[in-house]
Amino acid sequence: MNIHEYQGKEILKQYGVAVPNGKVAFTVEEAVEAAKQLDSDVYVVKAQIHAGGRGKAGGVKIAKSLDEVRTYASELLGKVLVTHQTGPEGKEVKRLLIEEGCDIQKEYYVGFIVDRVTSRVTLMASSEGGTEIEEVAAKTPDKIFKETIDPLIGLAPYQARRIAYNIGIPDHLINEAVKFLLGLYNVFVEKDCSIAEINPLVVTGDGKVMALDAKLNFDDNALYRHPEILELRDLDEEDPKEIEASKHDLSYISLNGNIGCMVNGAGLAMATMDIIKYHGGEPANFLDVGGGASKEKVTEAFKIILSDPNVKGIFVNIFGGIMKCDVIAEGIVAAAKETSLSVPLVVRLEGTNVHLGKKILEESGLQIVPADSMADGAQKIVNLVNQSVLK
Amino acid sequence: MAIYVNKDTKVIVQGITGNAASFHTKQMLEYGTKIVGGTSPGKGGTQVEGVPVFNTVQEAVEKTGATVSIIYVPAPFAADAIMEAVDAELDLVICITEHIPVLDMVKVKRYMEGKKTRLIGPNCPGVITPEECKIGIMPGYIHKKGHVGIVSRSGTLTYEAVHQLTNAGIGQSTAVGIGGDPVNGTNFIDVLKAFNEDPDTHAVIMIGEIGGTAEEEAARWIKDNMTKPVVGFIGGRTAPPGKRMGHAGAIISGGQGTAEEKIRVMKECGIEVAETPAVIGETLIKVLKETNLYEKCKTH
Repeated sequence: MNIHEYQGKEILKQYGVAVPNGKVAFTVEEAVEAAKQLDSDVYVVKAQIHAGGRGKAGGVKIAKSLDEVRTYASELLGKVLVTHQTGPEGKEVKRLLIEEGCDIQKEYYVGFIVDRVTSRVTLMASSEGGTEIEEVAAKTPDKIFKETIDPLIGLAPYQARRIAYNIGIPDHLINEAVKFLLGLYNVFVEKDCSIAEINPLVVTGDGKVMALDAKLNFDDNALYRHPEILELRDLDEEDPKEIEASKHDLSYISLNGNIGCMVNGAGLAMATMDIIKYHGGEPANFLDVGGGASKEKVTEAFKIILSDPNVKGIFVNIFGGIMKCDVIAEGIVAAAKETSLSVPLVVRLEGTNVHLGKKILEESGLQIVPADSMADGAQKIVNLVNQSVLK
Repeated sequence: MAIYVNKDTKVIVQGITGNAASFHTKQMLEYGTKIVGGTSPGKGGTQVEGVPVFNTVQEAVEKTGATVSIIYVPAPFAADAIMEAVDAELDLVICITEHIPVLDMVKVKRYMEGKKTRLIGPNCPGVITPEECKIGIMPGYIHKKGHVGIVSRSGTLTYEAVHQLTNAGIGQSTAVGIGGDPVNGTNFIDVLKAFNEDPDTHAVIMIGEIGGTAEEEAARWIKDNMTKPVVGFIGGRTAPPGKRMGHAGAIISGGQGTAEEKIRVMKECGIEVAETPAVIGETLIKVLKETNLYEKCKTH
């Protein structure tokens, strides 16, 4: 789960990690009011959306007066920001963070992640702040320093110190940087983050080490023990179809194609998208109905697929292991009837009770095209959708 | 032979009184697996499917002589269940549970350092040595005893591959699901090593997916060490970056973990990669014929 920058900074503050003073604003008036309360004559107006690259896209403005805050806030609120992370459709700005400006001496990068190779939390840092870490890794990998953290010990002060020296934090601010890093590590583990990235971390003219930006992502599997994080979820930032799917415990991801997919198992669901593409089609979604799909779940899955206006056909690919094919077939028939299905439907069933399942589909009186294998099904749905698009 | 489990393996089921666990206990018993006990704190002394239930893993092991456990405990308690099994010095622990917080697994892995237990999973379908022992949730009947080993990050995709092999008359030695989580107990290389040393396994299918670099590392290991042919498949060529595709570990982040890169490295290391999931079996058969192993692998 992602949260906004201002929410991330609130959490950092609770852990003693320094951030600039600032406040969230939902309206222009709130923005001006927030600026008034800051003890500063330079203000930063920052668009709050769940995507990086806001600065380059014009989502961060420096205001030198309250009038300028008003002007920039009016400009940004309601504006659709297109960054390299939003996709071409962009994201509408609905919240702003109004912060005091600060005297930046130098920018750095620090981030905590779970490293899959070592199965440990790893601290990564670089002197190249403001640049994406992937870019630094590709161009100047020698400028990235890493510390692997023992979960039983936590980030040791010597590790924080070593990394601070390595990235060139000024000598008189080393202790400030250590305090910052230890606090950020505590945020990472206590809040079950999957990423805690500060880019840039800055040292200021008045001797502070601060998080100028904050990206915190959380492990979805650990949200059950963090109701305070779940409260920060902003549904405006998520795809409505994905929200609906998550309510029914379906794993759904929206894509740009026109062939809807319903599959059991994440690996098979991915492979189904791939084989559609291989045969010249474009998948409209990833959808894993899970191992224990009921008739109701299958119906909900159909409704979500069909709520995408781009969908011109559906491919159901089920390898019923423990899940019985007759149950799935009943679900498909009920769903097709309930949604008055009007696009081509190709169904490939394999596994337990497959003959029973196929019989149910045949006797339903519905226009269901059976497929003998995954490849056969993919070819059939691609042909049917291409025909209907040509019409 | 085969790897990890066979007809003599004695197994306990942790969390045996749960719905899924009792259902699968029945399925495993019907397959012929020696399920000798189960655990469920507070339910010691009762029975599930005729199998005795104990309060602790230690007691279950002492009373039954089990060497392997399978875990169906719900995610919030699963890390603790794994550590309990490791503490009881089991040889092998297979964790089916999905959605375990990743930082719980980081602690579990640290706890396991220097201990004898091998963990498979979490978030995996389990391990099966066909016609001998099924420890997991896979449909047993699609498998056939034979000489091809399978290692995979995905459950249903493994069934797809197994089904293709069985239909083509090619049996399997052991199928191992290592799971779809970013931090897991056993990786591709561990399983490949075991298959390499198993005289009953003549060839291996390795099924990977987007996310991480485990497939690339495995490919390089194969190039340097593997004496048996390996055929691969990678799911997620069409997956968009930055999105978790069902499995917690299936995500392309920072340009890393793409299917293209994995396939490129695998091919570079001499591994034949199936173009689509529908031709995993065909691709293997082609390679078996090229290496004169087809007759040895064909089940008559």
